[in-house]
Amino acid sequence: MPTIKIPPVLRPSVGGEREVDAAGSNVREVLHGLVAAHPATETQLFGPEGDLNRYVNVYLNDEDVRVLDGLDTAVGGSDVLVILPAMAGGAR
Amino acid sequence: MSPSGAELIRKIKSEITETDPQVVHGLLNNGVAIIDVRDTEEWAQGHLPGATHVPRSFLESRIDGVVPDHAQRVILYCASGNRSALAARTLSEDLGYESVESMTGGITLWKDRGYEVEQPKSLSAEQRERYSRHILIPEVGESGQQALLEARVLLLGAGGLGSPTALYLAAAGVGTIGIVDNDVVDLSNLQRQVIHNTARIGVPKVESAEETIHALNPDVTVVPFNTRLDASNIMEIIEGWDIIVDGVDNFPTRYLLNDASVRLQIPVVSASILGFDGQLSIFKPYDGPCYRCLFPEPPPAELAPSCGANGVLGVLPGTMGLLQATEVIKLIVGAGEPAIGRLLLYDALAATLSEVKIRRDPDCPICSREPSSITDEEMGVFPDYEAFCAAAG
Repeated sequence: MPTIKIPPVLRPSVGGEREVDAAGSNVREVLHGLVAAHPATETQLFGPEGDLNRYVNVYLNDEDVRVLDGLDTAVGGSDVLVILPAMAGGAR
Repeated sequence: MSPSGAELIRKIKSEITETDPQVVHGLLNNGVAIIDVRDTEEWAQGHLPGATHVPRSFLESRIDGVVPDHAQRVILYCASGNRSALAARTLSEDLGYESVESMTGGITLWKDRGYEVEQPKSLSAEQRERYSRHILIPEVGESGQQALLEARVLLLGAGGLGSPTALYLAAAGVGTIGIVDNDVVDLSNLQRQVIHNTARIGVPKVESAEETIHALNPDVTVVPFNTRLDASNIMEIIEGWDIIVDGVDNFPTRYLLNDASVRLQIPVVSASILGFDGQLSIFKPYDGPCYRCLFPEPPPAELAPSCGANGVLGVLPGTMGLLQATEVIKLIVGAGEPAIGRLLLYDALAATLSEVKIRRDPDCPICSREPSSITDEEMGVFPDYEAFCAAAG
C-alpha cells in the first residue's frame, strides 16, 4: 500500500500521525483514501471543484505530480506520496 | 667569441614571436593563457588582468600545471620583454609548446599605453592563521577565502535562522554582512537565537548581532538595517548584495522578496521551519525555479502558522540556518552542487534528510518574464492578498 507523508500542519487532522498508508492505484484514489479515513484533510487538500489546492504540492517520490499526470498519476504499492504545503516559519 | 648578454637577447627575440600589447589587450579573457614570468615582488605590485603568475625561475617545473595543453596559445610577459623572450624560447624549444609569444615591452609598455593593471589582493599573516583550515581545503583555498572576504551577504532576520547563519558566515570571513531586523531581543528568543544573550534583552537585534560578530571576527563589516522589510524599502535594501539569506516568518514578505530578487537577479538561500521540520532551497533567478514556481500561492492564513504561535525545537533553526550558511559559502567559492531546483526536507524526529525536485514553471507570473518588466505594483502580490493579510491580522 502506498505511504503518504503528512506535513506538520496536517498532522492534527490525522490524529498526529506522520505517515499513513492509503489504498489506491493513482494519486486521486490514494488521496481520497486519506480523506475517507480522515475527513478533516479534505478542505486542506482539495478545492470545491475537486482539484488539488494550488498551495499544496504533492510529490510522487521526488517528482511533483503536476509535471506527471496530476491526480491521474499511477501509484505503485511501494511508492511514497509527499504532501507539501508552503511553510513560512522563520525569523522571530 | 661568445655573444654579450644583450646580443643573445637580441638573437633570441629574432627567433621567437613578439606580440604588441594592443593585440594582447584584445585577447584578454579569450582563452589565451597569459603568463607573468616576473618575480613574486613584481607580481604583487600589479599584473595584467586574468594573468597567471609563473616566475621564470619555476617555469619548467610549474608550466605544465598551468597550461597542460601544449597546443594552447600562450603569451608571456615580464617587466620590459627580455625575460619573457628567454622564457618563450624555453617553452617552445625545450618543452614543445606550439604557440608561444612574448609581449613586446612587457608590463611597462602595457602601462604606458594606459591599459588596466590588476592589483593582487593577498591575505595578511593574521588572516592566513585565522582562515588556515579553509586555505587547507582545495575547494576553498586562498582564492576562495579572498572571495569570501570580498562577498556581500544580506541576512533577512537575526532570529532563529539568521543567528547561526550570521555567526558562521562571520567566522568564515564573509567580508560584509547586512542584517535586516526591527525586533529587540526577548527572553523567549534565547532558546534558539544564539547570536544574542541574556544581557542584551531589550536591545535591538541588529545591534546585538553586530556586537557578537565584531567580537568574533573584526574582518567583517556589519551593515545593520533596523527596519522591517516591506514594499516601500525592499528595492533599496536588497540592491547590490551578492546573496540574500531568507528566514522571514510570513508569506507576504516571502513573495515580495521573491519578486524583488528575481527583478534584481540576486540568488536567495531560503529556509523555513516548523516544529521538527525544516525546508531549504536556493532560488537563483533564471538559473532555477523561483519561490512562485514552487508555491504559486500561499495557504490560507489558518493553515500558515508561524513559529511564534506554534513552537519550534530550538536546535532546528540552528540546523537549517547552518545548511543555509553552507549553501552561501558554496555559492561564493563555487564549490559542489548548490541546492538549486531541489527542496531539501529535514525531519528532525525521524532523523532523515530527503529532497523533492522543483521545476521552473514556464508560465510563472514572475520568472517567466524579463526582470525589467516586473513592476513595483505587482511585487509581492498574490491572489486573495487582501483577504490573506486581513485574516492574518
